[in-house]
Amino acid sequence: MASITLDGLAHAYRPDPRGPQDYALKEINHVWRQGGAYALLGPSGCGKTTLLNIISGLVVPTRGKILFDDRDVTRLPTEARNIAQVFQFPVVYDTMTVRENLAFPLKNRRMPREAIARRVEEIASRLDLTSVLDRKASNLTADAKQKISLGRGLVREDVAAILFDEPLTVIDPHLKWQLRSSLKELHRALDLTMIYVTHDQTEALTFADTVVVMHDGAVVQTGTPEELFERPAHTFVGHFIGSPGMNVLPAKVEGRTAHVGDVAIALDRGYSALPRGERIELGVRPEFATLAAPGTGLPVKVTRIEDIGRARIARIEISGNPAAAMVPEELSLDGDSAGLTLDPRQIHIYADGVLVPGEAASREGAV
Amino acid sequence: MDKPVNNRAWLLVAPVFLIVAFSAILPIMTVVNYSVQDTFGNNQFFWNGLGWFQELLDPSTELGGRFLDALWRNLLFSAIILAIEVPLGILVALSMPREGWKVAATLVIMALPLLIPWNVVGTIWQVFARADIGLAGWAINALGIDYNYTGDPLAAWITIVVMDVWHWTSLVALLCYAGLKSIPDAYYQAARIDGASRWAIFTTIQLPKMKRVLLIAVLLRFMDSFMIYTEPFVLTGGGPGNATTFLSIDLVKIALGQFDLGKAAAMSLVYNLIVLALCWVFYTVMTNAGTERRHEENPA
Repeated sequence: MASITLDGLAHAYRPDPRGPQDYALKEINHVWRQGGAYALLGPSGCGKTTLLNIISGLVVPTRGKILFDDRDVTRLPTEARNIAQVFQFPVVYDTMTVRENLAFPLKNRRMPREAIARRVEEIASRLDLTSVLDRKASNLTADAKQKISLGRGLVREDVAAILFDEPLTVIDPHLKWQLRSSLKELHRALDLTMIYVTHDQTEALTFADTVVVMHDGAVVQTGTPEELFERPAHTFVGHFIGSPGMNVLPAKVEGRTAHVGDVAIALDRGYSALPRGERIELGVRPEFATLAAPGTGLPVKVTRIEDIGRARIARIEISGNPAAAMVPEELSLDGDSAGLTLDPRQIHIYADGVLVPGEAASREGAV
Repeated sequence: MDKPVNNRAWLLVAPVFLIVAFSAILPIMTVVNYSVQDTFGNNQFFWNGLGWFQELLDPSTELGGRFLDALWRNLLFSAIILAIEVPLGILVALSMPREGWKVAATLVIMALPLLIPWNVVGTIWQVFARADIGLAGWAINALGIDYNYTGDPLAAWITIVVMDVWHWTSLVALLCYAGLKSIPDAYYQAARIDGASRWAIFTTIQLPKMKRVLLIAVLLRFMDSFMIYTEPFVLTGGGPGNATTFLSIDLVKIALGQFDLGKAAAMSLVYNLIVLALCWVFYTVMTNAGTERRHEENPA
């Protein structure tokens, strides 16, 4: 059992990296707490698999160190680390039965036969694999195979962390939920660190206590699902998490007022010290933007209304900038003009994509 | 089963049927025709019924005796060839580079022996292994080993086997290499995480994943070595004595040397049936090797 520390970690696949553009993984400092459930979320090609492979020891980083507790394992081979990994496509040893598959890592580590048998039975019952223990692993369904891959990690008592590389890619949708909730259960029961790589926000947000969002080789935000939703630290996080994503509108900010085109929006916080010359944007999630009858709040133009079942979402334009907003059940509109009310506490200001904290309301008297 | 009847399928199959008829069925029927007759030249044929076949399958006759001898030589040769080329091919495939410019270079070098025509291979080795002027033959004799493939049956056999290994191991290696390349990296990574040894990786991942291509390799090498003709014909001409007279060489001796078309036709039909039967056995054994238990395990 260990916590995993990434200390100034960076990786480039080319041997002579010059600028930051050569790095698949830009400098990362992060601590994975013992027993935490983490998700590494980001689009394809953002470096999350590289990071995972560095932790598991399949890739040696160009720079930086990786520590298990206080032990430097940067250059240790995979088999010498207390790590297990479940891959995107189920890996089972075709010629072996499920039982032999589960016993394989222990057999390779020369554990006594009776101990192996006991441990395999125990893990199989945890994973609901007892009934298929003596079947050939190659004949099972994808989700059972993925459980076997996971089981080969769990049988090892020395495993400190299990890494998942988009493990549900090939699983049928109706089984994804099932498998994900059994993962959560296992996590609670076994006190293991789990790091779950995915590009699916639902998977990340439902599985993890802490989500690490990556973009273009760098970590853009680390936080709980609520934090990512309510205070995206970067416009990318706002876009990427949420469906539809956060509305990001080009704005001019003066003190407590933001101007989007010719529409003025009142802000909850003051922004007197915004950096000059940078791209200033206003971000607000559709969930905190509500459509109203014309004349209420900000004037907007409605282009389309989508019914997504549990809610209606309006595609609107604020001074020509596209955005999305919620449509209250009782509201019915004639024509394409409407009003828009925003929750001022949920409006964020970004400079060059990065969240600017702003001065809190309590300092009002001082400004 | 309510399948719509559509006779257009026959039309689509017809071209293939015609080609197969002219390229395979008609020639074979000609052979069948010869096999039940005897000829003394002049295009005169006499009905002989199943006489040739009876003689062929009775080892106490002259024809049956030489047929059985040649058949044993063929079986022994194929067994030696498979025993050497399959493991060697796997070994070569395992040590071939995986990426970079070396891949292309290796593939080209590996493919070279496969591109040389059979009779040229025979000629190359005939010269190469000669005791008086051949580099290999001369060198072996210079080491003090008495080696002369034209006089010593064992030397002749070793030369032919080495020649075939040189000519065809590449094929097995290239097929295995293709099989190895199709294994996703995740398997190797998982095996490393599971702490598998190099040998365990070979037996649990690489060999099972190579099974299909190995089946093809074994079939191709068996058929080809069992029907071997050109190389030993050029190298030894079947000698010394009859030491390297394989079935195909004997067949040509009877058909073209003695002009016994009836005997030769009967012999080639039996030869053909043996090849077919052995290939069927190989195929069935190898495809069933891993699947047999599958049926027992899935009673539901």
